Amino acid sequence: MNLAAATNENLANISNTLIYSSMAVYTLAFLAHIAEWVFGSRSKVGRTAAALTETASAAPAAEAPKVQVRKGGSTAVLDRPKVVTRSAAGSRDVPDGPGAHGGTEKGDLYGRVAVSLTVLAALIHVGGVVARAMSVMRAPWGNMYEFSITFSAVAVSTYLVLLALGKNVRWIGLILVTTVLLDLGIAVKVLYTASDQLVPALDSYWLWIHVSTAIFCGAVFYLGAVGAVLYLFRDAYENKLAQGGQPGTFASSVLGRLPSAASLDKFSYRVNAAVFPLWTFTIIAGAIWAGDAWGRYWGWDPKEVWSFVTWVAYAAYLHARATAGWKGRKAAYLALFAFATWLWNYYGVNMFLSGKHSYADVGMALTSVGF
Amino acid sequence: MSKTDTSPGAGNGAADTTGRGTSPDAEDLGAAGSQLSTAPKEELPNLPSLGVVGWARWFWRQLTSMRVALILLFLLSLGAIPGSLVPQNSVDELKVQQFKAAHETLTPIYEKLQLFDVYSSVWFSAIYILLFISLIGCIVPRTWQFVGQLRGRPPGAPKRLTRLPAYTTWRTESSPEEVRDEALELLKGRRFRSHIVGDGVAAEKGYLREAGNLVFHISLIVMLVAFAAGVLFKSEGGKLMVEGDGGMANVLPQYDDFQSGSLFDNDNLERFSFQLDKFEDDYQKSGPNRGTPRTFKAHVTYTEGVDGPTKKKAIEVNSPLEVGDSKVYLIAHGYAPVVTVKDARGKTVFSGAVPLLPIDNNITSTGAIKVTDGYRNKDGVKEQLGFNAFFVPTFAGVGKGEMLSQFPGPEFPVLALSAYHGSLGIDSGIPQNVYQLDTRKMKEFKDKNGDLFKQRLLPGETMKLPGGQGSITFEKELREWASFQIKQQPGNGWALAGAVAAIVGLVGSLFIQRRRVWVRAVRGEDGVTVVEMAGLGRSESAKVPEELGDLAALLHTRAPSVPETADPADPEDSSESEAVPAEGAEK
Ligand code: HEM
Repeated sequence: MNLAAATNENLANISNTLIYSSMAVYTLAFLAHIAEWVFGSRSKVGRTAAALTETASAAPAAEAPKVQVRKGGSTAVLDRPKVVTRSAAGSRDVPDGPGAHGGTEKGDLYGRVAVSLTVLAALIHVGGVVARAMSVMRAPWGNMYEFSITFSAVAVSTYLVLLALGKNVRWIGLILVTTVLLDLGIAVKVLYTASDQLVPALDSYWLWIHVSTAIFCGAVFYLGAVGAVLYLFRDAYENKLAQGGQPGTFASSVLGRLPSAASLDKFSYRVNAAVFPLWTFTIIAGAIWAGDAWGRYWGWDPKEVWSFVTWVAYAAYLHARATAGWKGRKAAYLALFAFATWLWNYYGVNMFLSGKHSYADVGMALTSVGF
Repeated sequence: MSKTDTSPGAGNGAADTTGRGTSPDAEDLGAAGSQLSTAPKEELPNLPSLGVVGWARWFWRQLTSMRVALILLFLLSLGAIPGSLVPQNSVDELKVQQFKAAHETLTPIYEKLQLFDVYSSVWFSAIYILLFISLIGCIVPRTWQFVGQLRGRPPGAPKRLTRLPAYTTWRTESSPEEVRDEALELLKGRRFRSHIVGDGVAAEKGYLREAGNLVFHISLIVMLVAFAAGVLFKSEGGKLMVEGDGGMANVLPQYDDFQSGSLFDNDNLERFSFQLDKFEDDYQKSGPNRGTPRTFKAHVTYTEGVDGPTKKKAIEVNSPLEVGDSKVYLIAHGYAPVVTVKDARGKTVFSGAVPLLPIDNNITSTGAIKVTDGYRNKDGVKEQLGFNAFFVPTFAGVGKGEMLSQFPGPEFPVLALSAYHGSLGIDSGIPQNVYQLDTRKMKEFKDKNGDLFKQRLLPGETMKLPGGQGSITFEKELREWASFQIKQQPGNGWALAGAVAAIVGLVGSLFIQRRRVWVRAVRGEDGVTVVEMAGLGRSESAKVPEELGDLAALLHTRAPSVPETADPADPEDSSESEAVPAEGAEK
């Protein structure tokens, strides 16, 4: 018994060391991203402006379809037919910005360094989460400290997986690394809880199902929210350009390097839409668990209320996307509102509202749920 | 924004950020893009000028429009919020009472606004009922429309295929008929619904998207109905049981308390009985979390039906006992010290376990011991006895302050009693709280100083009432009790089925693309066949051009290009022109 306790304590300490180490590496990645942006700013980013002023002045000329060459599959003898694509009516034909490095070699190098460091940090970070899980011999989601370190691990991993799949998501790197550092900082400084076993009500396989999907959804919703925020900025920037205005140098430099508003909007939508069914599942799984644990499926406990609010808000967002007159900026505001409710559900409800879910209380004695 | 959303390309995914009005494409595409979804057309809120019927129709159209659905959804999410900030009667009545006591000015306002009962309030109900009416009013026509689309065939190719989001063309020596037949076979092989119209082939795929969307919305209604039925037909009641005492049969009189929905019928109570054999609990013994519960298990013996075989089960927090439609949940637990009371003559007048109510996490407990019958005092007069009881499973030690427990397990149990005699007031017929002593008609036993007579007892110790009026013994045997909630709620199966269907439908609706492909083959002026292919998705997606490319490549192997002469339709050197994905080819 004592021996086991000692190994557990060792593992918990290893976990803490790993989390701190990952923070150090994330900090390096952060600095590398900064360097990427700084070097990138020295490039001439005029593509957006060019595209917009061109379409504005010579609208009929936009008839000529842009050409997309399909990669691979073409042989010299039998040419595979080329597919020409056009964007839908009404949307601007704005190319994506070149990315943070602004097309400069040096910027790109730092960007690659940043991504490599992020991979390293993420590995250490995940190691920290796993060590924590082993130290308590259960899923590492028993309190807010554990939620937080898992949450950011999932957000970074999702980002890295998207990168590995060849998606254009490197633009999110700096913001993501910054917020991950924030999240981990809050976790170790404010939310830290010594590793411990679970109260009986949490001790169920539903913990694995419900909490893991909840954390995953939150992490992905976060990526979607970042996309929505950047979309709003970038869209304002493009609007200004399209109306012949002259955005400030900072705006041109930073926003000009981001993907186009249409791409950001689409990124945000895809990400949010893709996890919405999982979020639906999370809530239903939670209801089933509550049915087993507390004898009622739905009791309007604060956590349940806010999950419901979040769900309905995302449903509203998806509807907004399908409704004329609500696309674009209004939909993006809804997406941000929805994410704000998610954040509040995660931090606010745990800290400020007490309910049956309050086992996640910060630093307080764990009260037995339902008793 | 004057867009009327008839333009097909601007479906779900298109970011119409400019709002530059109706695109020219809408006219170009004609019917080709119509009905690619069953979303209701957005109408501008033109105010009608036609009397009551006109207004009613206008109102109905507004209610079932997507814009109103959106607004109602938003209102629903806002409306749910106050219920998490203001204490709710349905969640914790005690908190509501405390809140009311603390906020005198706010209380009447909150009561007017029904803020203590948000989820059954008029306004919250109004939002969700309107939303569900809107939902039904939306689903029914959409379903019909969808059935019509399933019966019909994909519309023919628009005049100018170059206008579509994905387009390709080449020239071949095969005849137009051959090309069309090949294309038809190819598309059918790829499970497109396809047919030949005029000089081309029209094909469509991904109907499951629409089906999924309808299934999702219908399941929402199924879930709502199931919940409503559950509330109307449910029953729930509580029962407290002491280890080793007799159990209960699931009939109404045996409950401590009982509530049921308005359509519940007592005869519907599931037949079974059960009893508590042993309550097992275990707590963290050391470390900063000393006292945190680790195990709660109520070991019960139960019988299904009237005289079925007996079975055993450990009811745990996450694992209720299930018999038919009924579930028995473990709700609470506590200690039931066993006491023996003797009267002045030494005759035992009470013996048994007395359940006490926990008041904190370390199970400091309070309650009352009431001796109703059989007691005679020294003068032989019949009286009733009452004891206020205070129990701690782990006493801090003499001189260490209050009777507050230090640990929830029975490491150092102490029972503190104070004694009364007289009338318990039970005979008046007014229901009494078993955990409280009504001392209005009782007299205190006094100690030497004339104060209330009280004493702390260790297991096995006896407290002698002053003046030889009898005694009470705190027996060594310490029993525990557990309380159960027995619930019967029909409709859960339906709700679960609805939930599963909702998720499946949602996945179909969000992940499946509905798209159309057209192939046109006509003989050009020089006698060579010109093949044109175009694709249109309901939402813009990188997959549509990709798929079109694959299809074109396949068709191309069956109807290969003629050696190229100058071809105006094919932009030359396209491989060098910058590749600009018109819509994010990436995520
Ligand atoms: C109970 C409230 C409702 C909820 C929770 C809800 C939820 C959703 C969700 C999550 C989607 C996304 C699926 C997708 O984008 O394809 C959706 C789509 C849709 N909903 Fe609802 N909905 C509700 C009520 C309504 C009502 C009242 C209407 C009719 C006015 C409606 C019409 C539609 C339509 C037409 C779509 C397809 C949108 C598209 O074409 O992409 N919904 N709904």
